[in-house]
Amino acid sequence: MGLTHESMKSNAFIDTFNVEKTKNQSVIALAGNPNTGKSTVFNALTGLHQHTGNWPGKTVVNARGEYSYHGIEHILVDLPGTYSLFPSSVEEEVARDFLLFGNADAVIVVTDATCMERNLNLVYQIMELTNNIVLCINLIDEAKKKKIQIDAKGIASELGVPVVLCAARSGMGINELREAVYQVITGSKIPQVKELRYSNAIEEKVDLLQRLFTESMTPGSSNKNLRWLSLRALDGDSKLIDNLLYNATSDEKELLIKANDLSISLEDKKKIRERIAEEIYHKAENLKASYIHQSTDKISRDRRIDNIITSRIFGIPIMLLTLALIFWITIVGANIPSAFLSNILFGIEGKLTILFHNLHAPEWLHGVLVLGLYKTLAWVVSVMLPPMAIFFPIFTILEDLGFLPRVAFNMDHMFKKACAHGKQCLTMCMGFGCNAAGIVSCRIIESPRERLIAIMTNNFVPCNGRFPTLIAISTVFLASFGGNKYGILPTLAVTGLVIIGIAITLMVSYLLSKTILKGVPSTFTLELPPYRIPKIGRLLYTSMIDRTIFVLIRAALIAAPAGAFTWILANLYIGDLSILAHLAAFFDPFAGLIGLDGYILMAFILGLPANEIVLPILLMAYLSTGSILTFDSIDSLREVLLAHSWTPLTALNMMLFSLFHWPCATTLLTIKKETKSIKWTIFSVLIPTGIGILLCFATTTIYHIITFLIDCI
Amino acid sequence: MLKLNDVSVGNYVTIHELLSTEMLRERMLALGLTKGAKVEVVRKGPSGDPTVYNIRGAMIALRKEEASLIFVEE
Repeated sequence: MGLTHESMKSNAFIDTFNVEKTKNQSVIALAGNPNTGKSTVFNALTGLHQHTGNWPGKTVVNARGEYSYHGIEHILVDLPGTYSLFPSSVEEEVARDFLLFGNADAVIVVTDATCMERNLNLVYQIMELTNNIVLCINLIDEAKKKKIQIDAKGIASELGVPVVLCAARSGMGINELREAVYQVITGSKIPQVKELRYSNAIEEKVDLLQRLFTESMTPGSSNKNLRWLSLRALDGDSKLIDNLLYNATSDEKELLIKANDLSISLEDKKKIRERIAEEIYHKAENLKASYIHQSTDKISRDRRIDNIITSRIFGIPIMLLTLALIFWITIVGANIPSAFLSNILFGIEGKLTILFHNLHAPEWLHGVLVLGLYKTLAWVVSVMLPPMAIFFPIFTILEDLGFLPRVAFNMDHMFKKACAHGKQCLTMCMGFGCNAAGIVSCRIIESPRERLIAIMTNNFVPCNGRFPTLIAISTVFLASFGGNKYGILPTLAVTGLVIIGIAITLMVSYLLSKTILKGVPSTFTLELPPYRIPKIGRLLYTSMIDRTIFVLIRAALIAAPAGAFTWILANLYIGDLSILAHLAAFFDPFAGLIGLDGYILMAFILGLPANEIVLPILLMAYLSTGSILTFDSIDSLREVLLAHSWTPLTALNMMLFSLFHWPCATTLLTIKKETKSIKWTIFSVLIPTGIGILLCFATTTIYHIITFLIDCI
Repeated sequence: MLKLNDVSVGNYVTIHELLSTEMLRERMLALGLTKGAKVEVVRKGPSGDPTVYNIRGAMIALRKEEASLIFVEE
């Protein structure tokens, strides 16, 4: 529908925004404000035929899915939630550019029946862009509870677009929605979108520009497109104009520049932009007044809940308790499936060994494939999968409930002091599960500066791949003082490390904001959506499948080859030392300065693909058994470490370095993708590594001074 | 002229003018903070900031830095 497709011969955006389709397929964009239940509509329409793109991959949009209706394959593209087509965040820009430059055949605009006035703003804006539009008024069940009555027919005739009332959660109205979309794309019912007319002052300018465009624009452009183009020449931001220019032919370029100059000075532009926003909202107010009625019910349920959840007294304690509970459920709950998976997977390893033996396979082949590749795969799957399958669904449930935005609201004052956004505490929580997921979740922070801060500091939160290392090392060294294996000391130590991580996060956030990120724009607006009961079954299913696939892909593509590679290094000998040992000797002098040894530093480097394999690689190197170990017991682990002259300092620095070093490869790729910048990716490596080296150097120096003093006495 | 951050909880005001610029201004306009819009001051956060406002039926929290860029009338 986009301007560029018809009139501006876009090619730069085609790769990014064109969805491949065949003859019998249609592309449908799903747009809407945040918190309108858009993803529920998406799920209801597509069923299980969807691929979420929240993980590193190709898509620029949130998710894609398909459904078939009357023999036509509908490809549904779920756009990021957006308040307006005048973007005020990266996410919104993606949504707008897809609508502008993408190849969608129709747009479904999802709106929240309980908040129509604000939602209509976007509807009007999209109506200016395309005729192929279906208005889906969702959450109609919630509106009923709030005694809001909506006259769908009235709205449909007023706007000239098909309107469908929906309660996607229960599936109500979904078939009607499919039918409405079908009618629009097949042309059996073309929406007669009413043109949005502005006040005379604006319309006069639009006429002038539109005439200019009509005279010289490529034939075939519709009047609607030219009107839209004229309006944006009047009020559009420079970035949009740049994008349009980038995609234009040289004739068109000249024209656009002319139109831009002709229209205005910058100050006027700002005024016109404001007038247009005002007039659109004025129309939304009128439409609401005529067709939407609410019997007044002042003190709502949400406000009563907020009185507790965001109260001065209970707000923060409730929040901390909830977060502690999530972690507890994750850690305790993961133990059982973890042990189960580990039994099965390592059982298979034994069988594989027998198989290789019976086939008389060469020893090295068995080593690379079974002891290196398979063992790492099994390790990652059994350690990583269960916590992720528990943690992320719980988190999503809290998000859908509306609890998480309140957490961000409660915590904001603390993050504000560090020049960060309240929502950063949510992205940090996600980071406990997986830093790559945490970094993707930074999309919820609309403000560009705070988003970058959250992305670059996410690694200071120990992810699920590093937690086991922290727990194991602290247990080994502190249990010997505390006496028993599940003593309080290891727990305190890990908690202490997490607190150090949070403190460093806030400090680095502050420093980033005052130094390299100074000048990047910052905006803070946080919507507190109504509390909603999520559809738990569905949510568990998709979020578990998502994470499971993610972990499996990661294990197979990244960790397993790293395992094979490490095995080779440990078993190829140059002279009488393995390559691994040579490398360790090379790193040893530097590692000594920061209280580690060459093997530890090398394990961190080889562990770049995935943090969870750092400790196994280290043990493999120490024992030179040539393959990754699982630690059977804490005691055997302690013996191994002590045999390699570990001191409490080594343990402390190993934990500190685990918390503060370069992010894993997946995380780095995610940072690169999310920031679209090599510079910020490099900073994301340098900052934590620098901090880690400094901290470890400091502890080592202090330790040496103290031991020296003790020796003197 | 009264600024939005100076209005106490429970009061209703009308938007008069936005002093914000660029992205923040766009965001405010998109949320419906246009001239003449009615805003209710709903509640303050646990430490007194940010503050929740009812803007066109949606609950939006603004920090006092942002709210101070909005001139309002009682």
